[in-house]
Amino acid sequence: MALVLNEEQSMLKESAKGFLQEHAPVEALRTLRDERDEVGYSKDLWQQMAELGWAGILIDEAHGGLDFGHVGMGQVMEENGRTLTASPLLSTAILGVSAISLAGNTEQKTALLPAIAEGKLVATLAVDSGSRHKPLNVGVTAISKGSGFTLSGEKRFVVDGHVADKLIVSARTSGREGDSEGITLFVIDSNAPGVDIERVIMADSFNSSIIRFADVKVAADAVLGELDKGAAALQQVLDIGNAYLSAELVGISQEVLERTVAYMNERKQYGALIGSYQSLQHRAAHLFSEIELAKSVVIKLLQSLDEGGDNVPLLASVAKAKVSEVATLATNEAVQLHGGIGMTDELEIGFFMKRARVAEQLLGDQRFHINRFAALNGY
Amino acid sequence: MVDLDTFRTETRAWLEANCPPTQRQPSEEFEDTCWGGTKWRFVNEEQRTWLNVMAERGWTAPDWPAEYGGGGLDREHVKVLRQEMAAIGARQPLFSMGLSMIGPALLKYGTEAQKQQHIPNIVAGKIWWCQGYSEPNFGSDLAGLQTRCEDKGDHYLVNGQKVWTSYANMADWMFCLVRTDPDAAKHAGISLVLFDVNQPGVSIKPIRLISGKSPFCETFLDDVIVDKGQLVGEINKGWELASYLLTHEREMIGSMGQGNAHEQSLPEHAVEQVGLENGILADSALRTDIAGWEIDNMAYQFTAERIGDEAKSGQGVGAASSMLKYAGTELNKRRHELNLGIQGTQALAWEGEAFKKGLVASQWLRTKGNSIEGGTSEIQLNIISKRILGLGASK
Repeated sequence: MALVLNEEQSMLKESAKGFLQEHAPVEALRTLRDERDEVGYSKDLWQQMAELGWAGILIDEAHGGLDFGHVGMGQVMEENGRTLTASPLLSTAILGVSAISLAGNTEQKTALLPAIAEGKLVATLAVDSGSRHKPLNVGVTAISKGSGFTLSGEKRFVVDGHVADKLIVSARTSGREGDSEGITLFVIDSNAPGVDIERVIMADSFNSSIIRFADVKVAADAVLGELDKGAAALQQVLDIGNAYLSAELVGISQEVLERTVAYMNERKQYGALIGSYQSLQHRAAHLFSEIELAKSVVIKLLQSLDEGGDNVPLLASVAKAKVSEVATLATNEAVQLHGGIGMTDELEIGFFMKRARVAEQLLGDQRFHINRFAALNGY
Repeated sequence: MVDLDTFRTETRAWLEANCPPTQRQPSEEFEDTCWGGTKWRFVNEEQRTWLNVMAERGWTAPDWPAEYGGGGLDREHVKVLRQEMAAIGARQPLFSMGLSMIGPALLKYGTEAQKQQHIPNIVAGKIWWCQGYSEPNFGSDLAGLQTRCEDKGDHYLVNGQKVWTSYANMADWMFCLVRTDPDAAKHAGISLVLFDVNQPGVSIKPIRLISGKSPFCETFLDDVIVDKGQLVGEINKGWELASYLLTHEREMIGSMGQGNAHEQSLPEHAVEQVGLENGILADSALRTDIAGWEIDNMAYQFTAERIGDEAKSGQGVGAASSMLKYAGTELNKRRHELNLGIQGTQALAWEGEAFKKGLVASQWLRTKGNSIEGGTSEIQLNIISKRILGLGASK
C-alpha cells in the first residue's frame, strides 16, 4: 500500500486540525492547569469530539462506531499532538476500545462500546504497577473465590483513572510475576468497593492516577477475554497504544519545529535574523530530517495495523523507539533555539516538552523498545 | 503489457533459465558488478552472458522506452522484475552512471540524434560514462566552475581541469559541465557537453584514496574537441541539467549501502562474532548500538518509500532528495563503523588472503566519502534550511 493518506483520511486530518485549533489549543490546557480543574479536561469538548465520531473511530459500525481505521485515528492523534488537547481519546477511544474489541465477548461489547462511541462512558487501561513499563509484572492478583474473583494490589500511572467509569485491569490469576501465562484482563467498575483512586498531577498537566485494589470482589463476567491468557490481547493493545503515542509525538515534534523555524525568522541578534546563521540552520535542518524519518515509521505501523500485518509488534517498537528519540531532540532543540524565552512558562514550547516526555514514558520509552526490538529479532 | 501475475510467472521462469549461478551470489568485490564499457574485463563468461541476455530484453534499463533499447516496462512491472531478481539473489547485470545519470538526462533533455546514438549503448553496457563536474577550486561551490568551452565555428574547444571524476581511467565518454559564457552570472553561463575521453588533449590521473583504492581521477582537458551535436539542451542553460543530474546523484548515493537481501545483516554478523548469552547478544553496548542502527535503517527505508509514493501522488516537499542523501549517507557511515565494532581488530587487517585483502577496512574508509561526494552533508543541510524550511529569508 502506498505510504500516503487517501482522500478520506486527508479530510479527517484537516477537519481534526481545524476543530482542535479552534476549540482546544494549548491555551486550553494552560487554563485547565492553572484552574486546577478537577476533571482535567472539558466534558463539553469531549462530547463534541464524540459527536464528530472520534470516540468511535476504532469501533465497528455494529456497535455504533465509524470503523474508520488506524491510519485515520492516527491523523487525529497527530493533530492532537499539535494542540496538546486534553481528552479521554487515548484512555477510552484507543486503549479502552481496543481492549474491549480485541478481548471482549458479545455482551461486553454491546454493553460498553456504544456508550463509549456516544461519549458517555470513560474507560481506561491499568497496566503498569511501577515506574517502569513491565507489562508482565502486573502488581495485582486476582484470586478465584466462589464464582468470582478477589483483586488486590496497586496500579500506577493510569491515564484518566480518577474520571474513568470502567477500569480494564491486568491481574495475575496464576503463575509468577514476569510470566506471560497467568495474566487475565478484568473490567471493573471504578466505584466498586475496595477500589481507591488517587489522582496524580503530572508535569504535562494530563491526567494520571494511582489505583489501589483492596479485596475488590468481582463476578466471573468481569473477565475480559480468556482466563490466564490475557497477555496476548494485552500486548496487542499496548502495540496499538504505542502507535498512537507515536503519532501524537510526531505531531508534537512537527509543531515545535514549525514554531521554532518561525521564531528563527523573526528574532534578530547582531542585526540579523538568527535563522540566517548557518550553525542554527543546520540544527533545524537536521531536526527536519529526523522528523521525516519519524513520520514514516508511524504511517507504516498504522497501515500495518489496518491490514492486520504480522509485523505489528516489531513495527510498534521501531516506531516508539524512533519517535521518542526524535521528540526528545525536537523539544530540546526548540527550547535551545528559542533561547531564554524558551525557558519561560509563558511560551508554550515548555508544554510540548513536558507532554513529550510523559508520552515517551507511557507504555515503554525508547530504551524499552530498543530492547524489545532486539529481542524480537533474536539477539 | 501483460498483466502482473502472468508477467511474474514468466519472469520467474525466464530468470531461472537465464541467470547463471555465479551471478546469483552476493557481489563482494568491485569487479563483481559489471560496469560495462570498452575497457571492462569480465571476471568470467557468466558475467558477460548475464549482461547480454538482460540487455537484449532491455532489462538493464527496464523502465526506459523500448524504441531506444529499454525494457519499456511501467513502474509496477519494474517492481515485479526487481522482486523476482531479488528472490533469487540475482546481481544487477549492469551498474553505471549511464544508467543512473546521463541516460535519464538524455531521455528528458537530449535531441533525437543524441538519444539514438547514446541510449542503446548505455542499455547494452557498451559505453562507460564518467561525470566531469567538480574542479580543484570548485567543489561545494560547483556553479563557479571555470573549465572553458569556446565556439570555434564547426566545433567546440574545451580547456580546463576536472577532479573527482569517477573511474575516468575506465571510461569511454564524459558528460561534462563547462563554462560557455564567462561574462554571465555564474549559474547562467554553464552548459553540458558530451565527448569521447579517448582523444588527444584528455589526460587522466587516478587519485589514491585512504581506502587504498582509486575510484576517482584528476582529468586534464587541453584543447579537447567537442562535436557541436554533443551539446545537451540549450547553450548556457546547463545549470538546470546539472541540478537535475545532481538530484539523481543524491538519490543514488543516498540509497547506497542498503546492502542486498543476501548480504549478512549486522545482527547476524554480531551473533556469529560475539555470541549470545541467554538469548541476548553477549556485548550489551554493541547490542544497543546495532538495534538503534537497525531501527534507523528501517525508518530510512520507509522514508524513501514514502517520499517516492508522495512524489507519485503529487504530494510532498521538493528537495526531499537532500534529506534522503543526508540521512542515507550518515547511516551508511554508521553501519561501517558498527561493522568494525562487530568484527574487532581483524576488520583493520590490510593485507592477506585470510582477511580478504583488507576488504572490510577498505570499504569502511570508502564510506567516509559518501557524505562528501554529490554535495556534502552540510550542503544538503543548507538546501533543507533554505528551500524547505525557508530559513534566513528576511521579510
